[in-house]
Amino acid sequence: MAFELPALPYSTSALAANGMCQETLELHHGKHHNAYVTALNGFVAANAALQGKSLEEIVKLSHNDAGLAGVFNNAGQHWNHIVFWENMSAHGGGIPGKLETKITEDFGSVQAFKDAFKTAATTQFGSGWAWLVLGTDGKLKCTKTPNGSNPLATGEGKVLLGCDVWEHAYYLDFRNVRPNYVDNWLNKLANYEYAAAQL
Amino acid sequence: MLLAIQLLSVLAHSIFATIQGGPDMLSRRALFRAAATTMVFAAPRLAAAQAVGPYALPALPYAFDANEPHIDAMTMQIHHDRHHAAYVANLNGAVKDYPQLATLAPDALIARLAEIPETIRSVVRNSGGGHANHTMFWQIMGGKGGNPSGTLAAAIERDLGGFEAFKASFNRSGAGVFGSGWVFVTVSREGKLALAPRSNQDTPLMDGGRVLLGNDMWEHAYYLKYQNRRPDYLTAWWNVLDWSKIAARYDQAMAGTLGV
Repeated sequence: MAFELPALPYSTSALAANGMCQETLELHHGKHHNAYVTALNGFVAANAALQGKSLEEIVKLSHNDAGLAGVFNNAGQHWNHIVFWENMSAHGGGIPGKLETKITEDFGSVQAFKDAFKTAATTQFGSGWAWLVLGTDGKLKCTKTPNGSNPLATGEGKVLLGCDVWEHAYYLDFRNVRPNYVDNWLNKLANYEYAAAQL
Repeated sequence: MLLAIQLLSVLAHSIFATIQGGPDMLSRRALFRAAATTMVFAAPRLAAAQAVGPYALPALPYAFDANEPHIDAMTMQIHHDRHHAAYVANLNGAVKDYPQLATLAPDALIARLAEIPETIRSVVRNSGGGHANHTMFWQIMGGKGGNPSGTLAAAIERDLGGFEAFKASFNRSGAGVFGSGWVFVTVSREGKLALAPRSNQDTPLMDGGRVLLGNDMWEHAYYLKYQNRRPDYLTAWWNVLDWSKIAARYDQAMAGTLGV
């Protein structure tokens, strides 16, 4: 069965007051994410070895396989964007107590977590993603991946939050100023309820 | 004005070369400050930050709106004044404690990445590449498109299947760059041409090659006007090329004098 573009869990104008305008969401979801899904379905249709596999299975099996680079790019981006839509909210920014406790334990403070996440997001050169993951050692950490890669592929842990730092995620709203996009994302858009639910 | 800046840039680098290894950092800085001041005088659009350090943001050789309607003025302004300026500032920051590196022209610097200290290598690769790529990019635009002629047209016919086939394969190559990157045409000392896509700000200069031309596939190059429609941007871009500038680069490549 073909992969499908999931509906946004909110309207395309829902995040405008929080720094992500309607046009950004329309393009990002309706064009960019949709193109990844279409391309992935094309690869699957042409490759019997991929048919019947879950998205997670395809991401893992195509990782670091040069012959499946196109598959990995599009499968990874499909997976990443599914997380991205879910981990934003019109009521974002507030960190539930359970997660705040864990963040303080592992980073020292909420601010130290935000600093680490921002560093990951702003030092990812070119297109990619910044992540908050629960590592296999049971500790939270911030990490980054290029292009369509993600912690599922690299085995760096379970994803709690993922922030898209491809320019298409922020160029209409923040132009070249990625640090401001990331600050705004952490403080006004990030859905920490979603993150806490992954613990 | 552009020629004056290029001459001064050469002058600044030759000043460094002359005093390379010299113990007197103060006079080296004073010499550079003098050169930088002259550059600001020659090109009043240069911002103050560009005079700090050995690498300088070249002035755009035409107005921001010169490539309208194919590339909008706002994109040109942000691309040059913010993105390219940031690469220059970051490159200067990386080499500030390595005066022996700062004597190198940008193309020579990034051709020696393996020799760059590991602590600054990735910044030099990314920002040095960004500086070199954008400097080339501004040079070849500002024209009215049209067709290449003379020996360059013959080389395109010989190596790339003719102008129409070349444009089609270049556009396909650009559309196939996943995420940020560039699509280039390399030129050998013998004048042989080849397509060369790269990721992020990497460039064939890092492999000892020479670049005839290239198009920026970072979303910042086209997002304000074309959004997700990179193929439309690729198609439109041919309309702003200045083939006389590209032909001059081709001649310089075969003469061994082509820089970035």
